[in-house]
Amino acid sequence: MTLVRVENLSVTLDHHPILRQVNFEVNEGEAVAIIGPNGSGKTVLVKSMLGILPYSGTIAWRDGVTRGYVPQKIDADRSVPLNVRNLLQSKAAVIRRGPDDIRDTIARVGLTDEILSTQIGHLSGGQFQRALIAFALIGSPDIIFFDEPTASMDEPGEEQMYALIHRLHQDLHISPVVVSHDLSFVYRYASRVLCLNRAAICFGPPRGVLTADVLAQLYGEKAYYEHADHP
Amino acid sequence: MTAANELSIVLGVITALVSGLVGSFALMKRMTLAGDVVSHLALPGLGLAFLWGINPFLGAAATLAIGIVIIDGLQRRGGLATETAIGVVFVAALAIGALLTPQEDLIDALFGGFGSISPAGFVIGLTGCAIVLITMERIRHKLILIIFSSDLARSAGINVERINLLYLAVFGLTILLGVRFLGALLVGAMIIVPAAVGRQMAKTLDAFLVVSAVAGMLSVAAGFAIAARWHVSLGPTIVGVACALFGLSLLKRTRAA
Repeated sequence: MTLVRVENLSVTLDHHPILRQVNFEVNEGEAVAIIGPNGSGKTVLVKSMLGILPYSGTIAWRDGVTRGYVPQKIDADRSVPLNVRNLLQSKAAVIRRGPDDIRDTIARVGLTDEILSTQIGHLSGGQFQRALIAFALIGSPDIIFFDEPTASMDEPGEEQMYALIHRLHQDLHISPVVVSHDLSFVYRYASRVLCLNRAAICFGPPRGVLTADVLAQLYGEKAYYEHADHP
Repeated sequence: MTAANELSIVLGVITALVSGLVGSFALMKRMTLAGDVVSHLALPGLGLAFLWGINPFLGAAATLAIGIVIIDGLQRRGGLATETAIGVVFVAALAIGALLTPQEDLIDALFGGFGSISPAGFVIGLTGCAIVLITMERIRHKLILIIFSSDLARSAGINVERINLLYLAVFGLTILLGVRFLGALLVGAMIIVPAAVGRQMAKTLDAFLVVSAVAGMLSVAAGFAIAARWHVSLGPTIVGVACALFGLSLLKRTRAA
């Protein structure tokens, strides 16, 4: 069953066209990857689907679908005395969820009491990322958008992050939509991949649509060989 | 001390509590200086209230509203940047206010010191405080998410513009409530200083809010007492006490480095 169907989505920001005529869909329970070079509009696509940026075209959500969002980067103000627990409590209050939801989420992501009471400006990169995932999980979403969740991580950190996303997918039946540069993630975990370079270049199962031509079109000839070396 | 004065002290302390809470969020939203803009726009209304013998809160509210409409109009029609439009209206309000206010009342209008208050004025002030507290209680979780990240707030279904506007309205109302005690030039202090004390002393959000509110209440209560005992001007005394508390908070700073 389709969770969301995107048809002819175009986004223009400050009179600059960022995305044009993008079509794709996410089905219940599937993992979708979004790949593309820097500046190809991946983050803009995610933000317009979440109602953060204006767009033209259609984004048709199935009735009652709940969404989570793990942004790529937040410039947390170090001087603000907010800790992770404050954020989880506030989100639960806003979407009318009880303390059980917060407890389950904390256990699921493995946040310790120490992390929960640490001011957001003082968290390490990995702790902050897990706090953001916990934040997204409050409200038991059907779909979570991860915008380059491993952007500033070393290799073991990347593996842990992918394993966590995979676990959420398997155990909670959440559909992850993951913006990633990492083709190995795409091949291992994604049932379908959207190749984006301002327009949708391809959409389908990775082994079917990620042809040499498509990758060359997406990243340029040289970059394609670099990517192809590590499938 | 007359009964009217006691009403004034009670209202002053409650207004300080409200200012401390609203100021804490203003500090987190980095907009503490906006209080000065609001209070200067209120000055002509204070002057007229003195002249005509009406409630200063109502006079200040009226010219504040007119000032905001003029700033908005200047931006739309004149194509001026917001800070330029605010700057022009800001000094115009100060000048007009100084001209309108009877000379003998000018110091009170600028620096506060309305010693007594009528029962009607007390009820108006108390109602204003209740509106601020109820609104803050209703929007505080949304404000916290917006302060953290407006994108995440939007993704959680929050109408960020609407909540920011509501907060701005509550912020303006808080300034108006404080103008009677601190005057147009000093009222911004009750937004900034107690929140700065709270920020120095507290590590958690709850402690921050409590310390800010208590610092505001202490400043007003002690300010009233000192002003009455040594016959000094009320507004500067309250602000002086608040700043002294801030000085003390610098000595005992518990925030993690």
